Amino acid sequence: MAETHSLQDLRQAAVTSKVFVQRDYTSGTICKFQTKFPAELESRMDKQQFEETIQTLNNLYAEAEKLGGRSYLEGCLACLTAYTIFLCMETHYEKVLKKIAKYIQEQNEKIYAPLGLLLTDPIERGLRVVEITIFEDRSIGSR
Amino acid sequence: MTGNMHLGVEEPIRECQYNQICTHNSSTMDTPHTKKKKIKRKWQVFPGRNKFYCNGRIMMAKQTGVFYLTVVLILVTSGLFFAFDCPFLASNLTPAIPAIGGVLFIFVMGMLLRASFSDPGVLPRATPEEAADIERQIDTANGPSGPGYRPPPRTREVLINGQTVKLKYCFTCKIFRPPRASHCSLCDNCVERFDHHCPWVGNCVGRRNYRFFYLFILSLSLLTIFIFAFVITHVILRSNRTGFLSALKDSPASVLEVVVCFFSIWSIVGLSGFHTYLISSNQTTNEDIKGSWSSKRGKGNYNPYSYGNLITNCCAALCGPLPPSLIDRRGFVQPDTPQPVAQTNGTGACPSNQVQSHMT
Repeated sequence: MAETHSLQDLRQAAVTSKVFVQRDYTSGTICKFQTKFPAELESRMDKQQFEETIQTLNNLYAEAEKLGGRSYLEGCLACLTAYTIFLCMETHYEKVLKKIAKYIQEQNEKIYAPLGLLLTDPIERGLRVVEITIFEDRSIGSR
Repeated sequence: MTGNMHLGVEEPIRECQYNQICTHNSSTMDTPHTKKKKIKRKWQVFPGRNKFYCNGRIMMAKQTGVFYLTVVLILVTSGLFFAFDCPFLASNLTPAIPAIGGVLFIFVMGMLLRASFSDPGVLPRATPEEAADIERQIDTANGPSGPGYRPPPRTREVLINGQTVKLKYCFTCKIFRPPRASHCSLCDNCVERFDHHCPWVGNCVGRRNYRFFYLFILSLSLLTIFIFAFVITHVILRSNRTGFLSALKDSPASVLEVVVCFFSIWSIVGLSGFHTYLISSNQTTNEDIKGSWSSKRGKGNYNPYSYGNLITNCCAALCGPLPPSLIDRRGFVQPDTPQPVAQTNGTGACPSNQVQSHMT
């Protein structure tokens, strides 16, 4: 597959630098990342694509932290069972985190690896930043 | 295609865990399933001042003496109640009394252990690259140094719901603290939505265990009042039959229980009331003590985190989604170089982090 081929190619490449997309706290303490396009990526990728990725991530995190009927139900049920219910089932948040991990993997395979970039799942950085590793450009992929 | 197999990765891309690409070229790379000698779990190298038990499943503060006192007080008082007062009350009044007492007691202990043993919402410290990036941003923001030396401002201002909130830089954790987070000097960690460090519970109270703490003090208030009321009832009923002094002689434990409960009620019920107020206005103890959102600070000062509605505030605090732990205590530490130098082929260890296990 073309995608995994370029992903393996990255193994040979050297890390040039890392860009950190910080959290956006303007809506409070919910998990949200800034959609501002970092200057270091200007030569590598499309602004639109980047914003779309970050926006999708933000939407997924919003879904995880959403207050609504479902989360209240889960909370009450958990309280009634003295939180032992989480021994058998995952919390809603954890389910969404898995979705996010899959999304990031997909984005890396399809879009970022061919451009010589790599997204790190924010959960590995304590939900503080989206770390984007920039690899040396050795004409990987279509660029 | 055969080149892919060389690098010792058995198609991890397909599995649920996404392994970050390592620039290390050699094939001596560990697969996730072989454990080399001395592979440590992350809790063993945790930089804060916490104590871990059960191979990282349990996390507490360093000083746990007062926590044991709490446990002993609750166990002893409840134990005496069930042993000495309940038989009389069950036979003379109703067996529902020990039943309800039992349920309350189990709930209290459950919530206490949950509050004490969970991760309160500790923020992991910044990786060296992140820290360097932030330093660079701060230096750029300061611009060239003027004629006099000015210490670099380590704050960022953010507008949240119309209120200006200052984010402070934590020198220990090398991050800009999110709003409502605070650094606990006892545990040496930044904790999200930091409420306070509770010695009775032997842990910080933060975003992930606040609801357990609140339910603990609320149920403990009920238990204390319950025991107090029924011990008094017991003594009164006995006094009616045999006189006050011989009632006390028959049931000496009751005296101890009444004394413990009497002194506890004031503090615990008071604390429950205070936290009920905090929950309904969506404030932390920290914010309340500092008067962050008090109208005394200025006319336009209000709490930007409050949902405006008492019910929503309560529901959000108690029944909102429970975020997972960010510190992955039981994950394995990957052989990492702390310093991220730009790698050429095979000259150094892998600078990336691999998450091995599911976050607890």
